[in-house]
Amino acid sequence: METPFALWVYLSATPLLWLALTVVVWVFADWLAQRAGRNPLVNPVMIAIVAIALILVATGTPYRTYFNGAQFVYFLLGPATVAIALPLYKNWPTVRRKALPMLAALVAGATTAIVSAVAVAAAWDVPRTVLISLAPKSVTAAVAMSISDHLGGIPALTAVLVAITGVLGAVIVTPVMNATGVRDYAARRFAVGVAAHGIGAARAFSVDPVAGTMAGIVMGLNAVFSSLLVPVFVRLFMAGG
Amino acid sequence: MLRALAVLLTCQLVGEAITRSLELPLPGPVLGLLIMVAILFAAERWRLVDSATIDETSLGKVSNGLIATLGILFVPAGVGVIQELDLIGKYGAPLAAALLVSTVLTLVVTV
Repeated sequence: METPFALWVYLSATPLLWLALTVVVWVFADWLAQRAGRNPLVNPVMIAIVAIALILVATGTPYRTYFNGAQFVYFLLGPATVAIALPLYKNWPTVRRKALPMLAALVAGATTAIVSAVAVAAAWDVPRTVLISLAPKSVTAAVAMSISDHLGGIPALTAVLVAITGVLGAVIVTPVMNATGVRDYAARRFAVGVAAHGIGAARAFSVDPVAGTMAGIVMGLNAVFSSLLVPVFVRLFMAGG
Repeated sequence: MLRALAVLLTCQLVGEAITRSLELPLPGPVLGLLIMVAILFAAERWRLVDSATIDETSLGKVSNGLIATLGILFVPAGVGVIQELDLIGKYGAPLAAALLVSTVLTLVVTV
């Protein structure tokens, strides 16, 4: 029989251990979120990232080794992004009926999200790679990470910023909307979709299916629009930075 | 199920091939998404799919399944943040300020 240490040395180098860890931690994090009544503060993405990061640091496991196993999960991001086509297609009549006001709100919202974030951070002495990683933070993570990667940002940093934005958006939407006096739920959810992407949308689904559909549509539109806008913005304002 | 996966992966592959070869500023999977939407509308014209029953098809089931698992898909890359801890320590304040200001502004402007 192998000693526990020899077994660990063997298992910790296999993709299986880290793949299993990723899925098991996710199931646990998601269970916690469900138990908390999908409270926006109990965000499963955040919990899973922090828990796994702590385990890796505690066991001295390099990220490369972890990613060898976790890449099988990571790979599905691509097909999942393509799958966002489905809610867009399914809800096309709604998209078309409200095309103009939605497009206007989307353009205004997405632009604000990108420009204001980068402008605030740029007031400090923040390097270009970090600014690029920050720019797509309001886009759904799958797309945000590929935008960031594409332009020379740090996809991992973007993933974390996206998750924080999602939590933040879901938490502050009610107080902010109450302060502005907007009572139209469709408009509220649209705003969440632009500001806080999938995590906001996921919460919208749990509040009301119509609002969730709206947020889903917006998540898709925002993904497309922002992948076009962020590169233009980076080229215009951050050239030579 | 495999047919649906073949369609999704092909869209992604074509998207990736086009964005790489034409050096488009668009991520490959996003172009794949647009191609997928175009295919769905073409298929609707030929009465192969319609929006009322799309959820019942294997493409609908696989797509909705993937969207339902979106959360876990961000985790592997997110854990990569352990390689960037010094960056976050150094720029934590500006990043936090940027996120807060931008999220409030975006919510207000979009409404």
